[in-house]
Amino acid sequence: MNRSKIGSWIKKNKTGYLFLLPFLILFTAFTIVPVAVAMGTSFTNYNMIQRPGFVALDNYAFLLLDDDVFLKALQNTLIFALVTGPAGYLASFFMAWIITLVKKGKGFFSLAFYAPSLTSGVAMSTIWLIIFSGDRYGYLNNLLLKLGILTEPILWTSDSDYVMGVVMLISVWMSMGTGFLVFLAGFQNIDPALYEAARVDGISSRFQELRLITWPLMKPQLLFGAINSIVGSFAVFDVATAVAGMPSPNYSAHTIVAHLYDYAFTRYNMGYASAVAMILFLITFVMGRVCMRMFKSDVD
Amino acid sequence: MKQKWIKRKKIKFGQVVLVLLLGMLVCFTALPMVAMVSRALMSTEELYIYPPRIISRNPTFQNFSDLLTSLNASVVPFTRYIFNSLFTTVVTVFLSIMVCSLGAYGLTKHKPAGADAIFAVVLAALMFSTHVTQIPNYLVVNKLGLVNSYLALIIPKIAVAYNFFLVKQFCEQLPDSILEAARIDGCSNLGIFWRIAMPLLKPAWSTLAVFSFVSNWNDYFSPLIFIRSDALKTLPLALQTLAGGAGVVARAGTVGAATLITTLPSIIVFAIFRGKVMETMTYSGIKS
Repeated sequence: MNRSKIGSWIKKNKTGYLFLLPFLILFTAFTIVPVAVAMGTSFTNYNMIQRPGFVALDNYAFLLLDDDVFLKALQNTLIFALVTGPAGYLASFFMAWIITLVKKGKGFFSLAFYAPSLTSGVAMSTIWLIIFSGDRYGYLNNLLLKLGILTEPILWTSDSDYVMGVVMLISVWMSMGTGFLVFLAGFQNIDPALYEAARVDGISSRFQELRLITWPLMKPQLLFGAINSIVGSFAVFDVATAVAGMPSPNYSAHTIVAHLYDYAFTRYNMGYASAVAMILFLITFVMGRVCMRMFKSDVD
Repeated sequence: MKQKWIKRKKIKFGQVVLVLLLGMLVCFTALPMVAMVSRALMSTEELYIYPPRIISRNPTFQNFSDLLTSLNASVVPFTRYIFNSLFTTVVTVFLSIMVCSLGAYGLTKHKPAGADAIFAVVLAALMFSTHVTQIPNYLVVNKLGLVNSYLALIIPKIAVAYNFFLVKQFCEQLPDSILEAARIDGCSNLGIFWRIAMPLLKPAWSTLAVFSFVSNWNDYFSPLIFIRSDALKTLPLALQTLAGGAGVVARAGTVGAATLITTLPSIIVFAIFRGKVMETMTYSGIKS
């Protein structure tokens, strides 16, 4: 009886598991286990040479209480994420919205908006470094000098007052695209008849339409976009390093991932770096959960 | 009659405002791209002219031939970096399509016990960046003796939660009746997947191909930690070496050309698959 039960269970589930097997093996090996290992390693002083010793919460205590460079990185990353996340998100939503309103050239405009997200941060930095070059040859300095707004060129990428602003602008430029695609698809998915019906019911302005019809119907897309934007903005590294260098002047563009990279792959202090990774993990995970609450779908 | 004319005029005015607004936004997104293309075509003299030009007045392909021929005489030719990027990206994309489509299809259409739990874990994995897992990945790859090899850039990036998620959402829309009909006709499970489901899932895996291509082609972090020897560097890493260090002024032209070569493939891939991508993104929402 029992055996035939197990037999039928296996028979019922075998095909599904066989299909999933390659994915599950690789996903477990390179995503699930690593998160667990990172968590474990963060409580040790592992340095890849000596046997790891258990240090309990020492890494976290040092990280949050004594490591001024990390606190700077945390502050930079939070400011960065709080500015670029919402800015990129709103900009991409706005772009997707107006693109649905134009009649001609949708294909061209969507490619033009999306193209920056297809570029490599490292590659485009070579161009941005010229735009923000600190001498008169920089496009921006040249323009501002010509217009008489500046009298002396500004050292955009080496003055610690400006460098984070430059990194943010470039990042917004690069990150608008992914959300844009999701939102554009969301808009196209909404039945135009709903807007017609709403007009009959007395909804008059585009903004009312947006708030009362589009917003609730697009919640799943808005959630997907928000999660992508949070994960992306907290992981800032490529652009910051390429523009400001590593280490950046006065650590003005030092980020959590830069700190992680520094401890893990130049100092090989894996225990400490894992604690940094876990803090990054906690932040994005909690933010993701908050978004899931915020964009809870009313209709299924 | 007059009323109608005014109405039409009003609509046109709205469209003009919209197009102007879009034009401004396009300037913001496109100007750096235009500068990139234009600078790749400038001679070294033109690159250092004052006032700086955005659009080249006498474009030349000199930078490209410098990059591909004279730099080719150096220890590691630039074409080698192009090959490294192309090879690792294409293999990763292909394997990711296979593994994620198989898995997503199995999960939605065969629904084995625990399917919901598996999907919940994948969904949770969307919420953290790959940097979190990079250290243990490094330890695993190191243990396997794969540091400084192509495999280090490929294997960890096949089973990606984001890719799995995209195909899975699209799989939900596949009508069971077609799959059932094939089963009645005597098709095997794998046969149904390969001959019926995969063609229907084409928009989903084309989208996966685009996103996976773009993220792997542009990936900077993985080669930075896994690759030690110059000969195995991919384009972003090679470009950074080229753009920094000594002799930057002399190489400004070749850097421009290399930047364009690094950027263009992703844009071409996206332009080809744009329609399919839009079709898939329609189903990308998360219902919580």
